[in-house]
Amino acid sequence: MEPMLSIKNLTKRFGGLTAVNQVSMDVHPGEVVGLVGDNGAGKSTLIKMVSGVYQPNDGDIFFEGRRVHISRPSEARELGIETIYQDLALAGNLDVGANIFLGREHKRAYLGGLVRVLDDRFMQAQSEKLLVDLDVHIPSLRQKIDKLSGGQRQAVAIARAVYWNARLMIMDEPTNNLGVAQQGEVLSLIRRLRDQGVPVIVISHTIRDIFAVSDRIVVLHRGHKVADKRVTETSHEEIVQYIMGARDDYRSN
Amino acid sequence: MTADSPAEALPLKIVSRRIARQKQAILVISKVWSWIFLAILVVFFSIEGTGFFTVRNSQNILVAIVPVLLMGLGQTFVIIAAGIDLSVGWVMGLSSVVSALVIRDLADGGLAVGLAILIGFIAGVGSAALAGLLNGVIIAKLKVPPFIVTLGVSFIARGAAFLLSGGNVVGGQPQALRDLGNEALLYLQRGDETQLYFLRKPDVTGAQLRMLDRILPWPVVITLALVLIAIFILHRTQFGRHTYAIGGNKEATKRAGVPVDRLTILLYVMSAVTAGFAGVLYTARFSGGSSIAGDALMMSSIAAVIIGGVSMFGGEGRVSGTVLGALVIAVLQTGLIMMAVEPFWQYVIVGIIIILAVLMDQARDLIIGRAEAE
Repeated sequence: MEPMLSIKNLTKRFGGLTAVNQVSMDVHPGEVVGLVGDNGAGKSTLIKMVSGVYQPNDGDIFFEGRRVHISRPSEARELGIETIYQDLALAGNLDVGANIFLGREHKRAYLGGLVRVLDDRFMQAQSEKLLVDLDVHIPSLRQKIDKLSGGQRQAVAIARAVYWNARLMIMDEPTNNLGVAQQGEVLSLIRRLRDQGVPVIVISHTIRDIFAVSDRIVVLHRGHKVADKRVTETSHEEIVQYIMGARDDYRSN
Repeated sequence: MTADSPAEALPLKIVSRRIARQKQAILVISKVWSWIFLAILVVFFSIEGTGFFTVRNSQNILVAIVPVLLMGLGQTFVIIAAGIDLSVGWVMGLSSVVSALVIRDLADGGLAVGLAILIGFIAGVGSAALAGLLNGVIIAKLKVPPFIVTLGVSFIARGAAFLLSGGNVVGGQPQALRDLGNEALLYLQRGDETQLYFLRKPDVTGAQLRMLDRILPWPVVITLALVLIAIFILHRTQFGRHTYAIGGNKEATKRAGVPVDRLTILLYVMSAVTAGFAGVLYTARFSGGSSIAGDALMMSSIAAVIIGGVSMFGGEGRVSGTVLGALVIAVLQTGLIMMAVEPFWQYVIVGIIIILAVLMDQARDLIIGRAEAE
């Protein structure tokens, strides 16, 4: 199967420091890829090149078979690459529907398009249908985001990306600051996304979560890729050894 | 015996239900207290102050509200978007001076008076819009805090207004302008035979003129129209929705693809434009342009916004709240005067209400926060 995202020899330097060094990886439709590594291993830098925050110094990004230059986050979003950051995604003082449609509000035109009025009923109905499809339970869509739990907020952010046709989802530490039950909800939502054909890249420090949700694990160490393994072919202990730098599948010697 | 048995669980349930009911009560009070306060004020002044509860005084209150409410109108949007506009007072003065100069010179130059007034109003509001544009561009593009920028622009507008007017009131205005500022939509002739006139001033003199009440003077009509437009924009349009979003989480709004910088500029232009309307209506009412027209009223306009329940942290508030806040201030003002109390007491009282309003807000947040944590 053709990969949805294909990264070839991507390199990013900050002054004398090479944060990401010749990293290649593929993400296929219908798979969750866990991206792990110690602090400073280059996970965030790598992801930011895909989401348009940083420009690579070297290497290529292919999305759905085409070579792409992503020079801004908005360009990534237009391609269908959605990055979900905790706490940065939603306006806490607006309700669920308003957040899902934020920036792309549905309006009704009156007086021949002269006056355009928000169509909240439509947006609420669409949001409700969307959340039901994703099996997300929120007591009332009229609730402000501030009044929802961390897991529910995360779910709303994910749902919004899905509604606007995300082709690839990137999640940075999706289970941080969540209670145990909420962590479970978010992880199962990630699996449902995968089953609907949207591949997901998950960055996390929590190896347990990565194993719970990923099909494949990519480990970075000091800017290099040191492992790229199916979860069924590895173990917690082995991944920790990769993270610590004790193992490296790609060392050229 | 387990904790689930009815004998033990019952008292607990009653206690928690009582706490829930108290919470609910506090929540409701924190939302409607300013309406209650206004009602108390009206009742109190009606009993204590002679002539407070009359048609004429109700219209006096409405006229007094105009500048405070207009300045508060744009300010409501700005504060909901987590900004602040300290320039509206002097921008109002600038607009007043510019409109007066233009109307006088055009009318003296032989232009039809109606047209001169129209062009003068456009010039006044336009000069205000320019000041707002300056505010918005510096805040949005150069990322200078709005407090500083609008303070600076306030001084610039003040200087410009004094330079243009030479520090004097710009008089020499046509009679039609005075009529626009003081005549009304409706007239109520009291006396032997009470009669209502629509759009037409009865031709009376002397004692009869003193029994003539103007209902809905034109500045009030214009202000009401602007209030309705503001309500529509804030609560029914995409622009309004984005105003709330910016105040709630600017970064997220930006990420959602909303042109936050452009909207920020528009918000400050809007704020200046409503202040500009206050300026031209001042010119009409007093038949002269004055640079100091809005100086004393600006803080009252911010007070009206706060009393109306708009959060200074952004993200919360309604236009109706600001209308209410302006009403509270105007009722206090006229009521104290009618009770022959030193009018300066109004400032003391307004000060106390502002602090109370914010306390109410915090109490509500605390209670809601606790309710969520449970």
